[in-house]
Amino acid sequence: MSPIIIAILILGGIGILSALILFIVSKRFYVKEDPRIEQIEALLPGANCGSCGRSGCHDFACACASADSLDNLMCPGAGEEAMGKIAEIVGLTASAAKPMVAVLRCNGACENRPVTSNYDGPRSCAILSSLSAGTTDCPYGCLGCGDCVAACRFGALHMDPVTGLPVVDAEKCTGCGACAKACPRHIIELRAKGPKGLRVWVACANKDRGAQARKECSAACIGCGKCLKVCPFEAITVADNLAYIDFEKCRLCHKCVAECPTKAIHTTRIVKETKVTE
Amino acid sequence: MLHTFRKGGVHPPESKLTASDKIIFVELPREVVITFAQHIGAPAKCELKKGDHVDRGDLIAAAGGFVSANVHASISGTVTKVDKYKTAFGIPVDTVTITATDEDHLHDLDAMAAMKPLRSDEEIAALDSKELVAIIDAAGIVGLGGATFPTKVKLSPPPGSKAEVLIINAVECEPYLTNDHALMLEHSDEIIAGVRMLMKAAGVDRAIIGIEANKGNAIELLTRKAAFDSRIEVMGLKVKYPQGGEKQLIDATIGKEVPSGALPIATGAIVQNVATAYAVYEAVKFGKPLIERVVTVTGPSVERPGNYRAAIGMNIKALIDVAGGVPADTGKIILGGPMMGKSVVQIDAPTVKGTSGILMLPEKDSVRRKVEPCIRCAACVSACPMGLEPYLISTLSRLGRWDEVEKAKVMNCIECGCCSFTCPSSRPILDYIRLGKTTVGGIIRARQQK
Amino acid sequence: MTPMLTVSASPHVHTGRTVSTCMWHVIIALLPALACSLWFFGVGALIVTVTALLGCMAVEYAVNRWMFGNKDATLANGSAILTGLLLAFNLPSNLPVWIVLIGCVVAIGIGKMAFGGLGCNIWNPALVGRVFLLISFPVQMTSWPVPLENAWRYTDATTGATTLGMLKLGEIQAADVNLANQAIGYMGGSLGEVAAVALLIGFVYLLCVKVITWHIPVAVLGTVALFTLCLGDNVAVELLSGGLILGACFMATDYVTSPMSHKGMILFGVLIGVITIVIRKWGAYPEGVSFAILLANSVVPLIDRYIKPRRFGERSKK
Repeated sequence: MSPIIIAILILGGIGILSALILFIVSKRFYVKEDPRIEQIEALLPGANCGSCGRSGCHDFACACASADSLDNLMCPGAGEEAMGKIAEIVGLTASAAKPMVAVLRCNGACENRPVTSNYDGPRSCAILSSLSAGTTDCPYGCLGCGDCVAACRFGALHMDPVTGLPVVDAEKCTGCGACAKACPRHIIELRAKGPKGLRVWVACANKDRGAQARKECSAACIGCGKCLKVCPFEAITVADNLAYIDFEKCRLCHKCVAECPTKAIHTTRIVKETKVTE
Repeated sequence: MLHTFRKGGVHPPESKLTASDKIIFVELPREVVITFAQHIGAPAKCELKKGDHVDRGDLIAAAGGFVSANVHASISGTVTKVDKYKTAFGIPVDTVTITATDEDHLHDLDAMAAMKPLRSDEEIAALDSKELVAIIDAAGIVGLGGATFPTKVKLSPPPGSKAEVLIINAVECEPYLTNDHALMLEHSDEIIAGVRMLMKAAGVDRAIIGIEANKGNAIELLTRKAAFDSRIEVMGLKVKYPQGGEKQLIDATIGKEVPSGALPIATGAIVQNVATAYAVYEAVKFGKPLIERVVTVTGPSVERPGNYRAAIGMNIKALIDVAGGVPADTGKIILGGPMMGKSVVQIDAPTVKGTSGILMLPEKDSVRRKVEPCIRCAACVSACPMGLEPYLISTLSRLGRWDEVEKAKVMNCIECGCCSFTCPSSRPILDYIRLGKTTVGGIIRARQQK
Repeated sequence: MTPMLTVSASPHVHTGRTVSTCMWHVIIALLPALACSLWFFGVGALIVTVTALLGCMAVEYAVNRWMFGNKDATLANGSAILTGLLLAFNLPSNLPVWIVLIGCVVAIGIGKMAFGGLGCNIWNPALVGRVFLLISFPVQMTSWPVPLENAWRYTDATTGATTLGMLKLGEIQAADVNLANQAIGYMGGSLGEVAAVALLIGFVYLLCVKVITWHIPVAVLGTVALFTLCLGDNVAVELLSGGLILGACFMATDYVTSPMSHKGMILFGVLIGVITIVIRKWGAYPEGVSFAILLANSVVPLIDRYIKPRRFGERSKK
């Protein structure tokens, strides 16, 4: 027999043998997976952001497929529509969680809050916040290094080069909360998106007394309580010299927005004489 | 051959501008601001109200737990404010402001001039270990090297461990700082007496005073003063940073390594700063609590750099003004030394127990150089006194891979800064390691609570 | 009024050493050997060295500027110059200019910039260039000009063989080799590898300025010596021949491609020593230092992963 034929036989034989082993193993150890998991996973964003509380999108899909009720299973990234479809696939009703969106509780733009010290180091809010109160006098507000932007997996945040503050793109924001977790100052809050995307919030987290707060930032909430008095729905509370609007109670009457002397209350509606954000 | 620690270390330029300078007394300020978290551990609890009158040395805030320390009034006067006050880092903290009238001020000056011993030498000799620890506890003494760990906690080792040797940290390995050096030259007798008190309090019959070789006159003086007590050994050490680190000092003096994750007491050693020994002496002998300390105010362009003895709680700016004010070319002000000190955002803030130095660097020395790519030169690995891989931990931490950061032993890091100091690419190695250490520390605590 | 203060994390002081200081120290350390090779090989050595330097700098600048879009691209850190110099040291002095330039493109372009530039490459760029040329142009790369005879001749230089080549072919015996000539560099070889004494002077300089540590060179040379002794060969001849000293002191110690821990460095050096002798003794090539270093470079990530420095407080009590 010529060496070529021997080589062909040996190599071919090895090939056939390997194929056989593979075939047997794949039959013998086949894991049966719920076909619905794949369908559900296709509806998920695939960002593995963890905001559902699971270790990733696949894990969430598995949980949905084996769940008895979808009450605690909500993927903010997929949105209501996709959750509805998932509910159809598993034959349950989707949980009625409200869509949330991230808002920034700071309006310390450059013109409101002058820079009083330089920071020389890596651009990381986490590192800066461990060193000092930041480059401005306000020890509560945005540090401006963009840890939130880096944490967002949906491209819904960017730094505004003029104000030095992050801006939330409400269209892209899924309310997953990764930015809120990343912010060492805890000034990003998840709020209900609101009817027609309307929401009102206090864009400040400064707990210093009025005079001091005003010194630190001209747009600070000074805890004067004027908003509290005009609010017809008791949605506003003032604690630690800082007002807070409960989005469950707020009916978007916008009276507080006009009343605030430092323009610290922001709204997504375009109102005359009020700073328009987003 | 001088002793030193075995692993890593660097030798930054010493820049001890004020070495062997006399201690300068700073006149008592008319106003002090006292904070309650001047030590590691729980903040002290203050019950003072506006309008209360306190005398110099009065307890104004009692320790808020076992790991905590008492805080005392450093001048006599009236409480004029109980409010938040910003630290030098811009963070608002709870404080009381004490303001002295002329009368209060004169009263203090008289009291200082007529300070009499509270206990005679015989009475001191009769004190036992428990009584000594109680006096130290009452006086609010904390480690004065900068870490401000309450001294009484170190003197009460956990059950199952036995202290064998007291190591006095007189290394002062930080560049620029000379406050301990000045103290040793002027108060050697008191320091030796304080060391003997600490030995008794800790129940050990051996003490080693570790001094770096760049303070030859202090080594010589203390050796002479301690000659009468054969239990005390003064040990000259090779100049190497971070020899003042607790673990490094134990290695340098008794040649034992503190096991990873264990307390220094595991080697039988208790480390106390030399200034702490002096404070202990004053507390035991005169009943004087920790209300003043020596602060090195220094910098290349400071008008009158020196070792200033100032009341704790004095305004930093006022203290700098005593030294000639902030030089016009200043770009950075650091509390502590340049290797481990913290740079401040503003100086309208009180000094605290741990303020060992105020360093003003000119603008040109204040900014970091341009960061270049890591060239894997291994300088950081060679320099790390803890045997870690700084380049690796730093990168993993930047990427947020916390489980790997933890496996790389980030919690062993002592944040000495040798890695960033030595990096030819000027990479912010320690910045990220510190971030990793904080984050991993949080993760570990959360896991333990589960 | 106090000036605006700068805040940064500690430490607030720095050694002052930069990447470029490290690189320039190595370049200075190579100068004695360069002087020797100019003396031995004359104008050819000069042409090859200058070509390699300019070529490497041009390639680095071009890639940085136009491929990476790095507007502040600079050659000031000296790494391209160092690579060029080391590449030239590994070439025979009669190599035509165009081949040298190909070597530059491969060394910097493929060996370094393709991985992302300074600090990212896995293999020593100069050696990548050299080995590429050795395999692509075996005839030109293994014709060695005879020293001192070719002061004014370039590509037309009279050529001979290297000591290792002659030993491999059995033309001479190890006992016949003149060790003094080997030490000063009076022998055939790549232009920078011959002058052993000059290279060692450079190595001592690097140790003195603390740019490198002793671990890698000592491990390489020690392993070669020990291995040769075990095989019963002439230790001095093996140590002083070929590119061993250049490789051990300057190529293997390249920061980027060597391990980070001292223990790892020693293992790395031993590996290079063993592979070198295996290739010299049993391989097809008379010389194996380049291949040995490149092969050892490949396992550096593995070494760094498994060989850690001894942690403080974790003494092995076993």
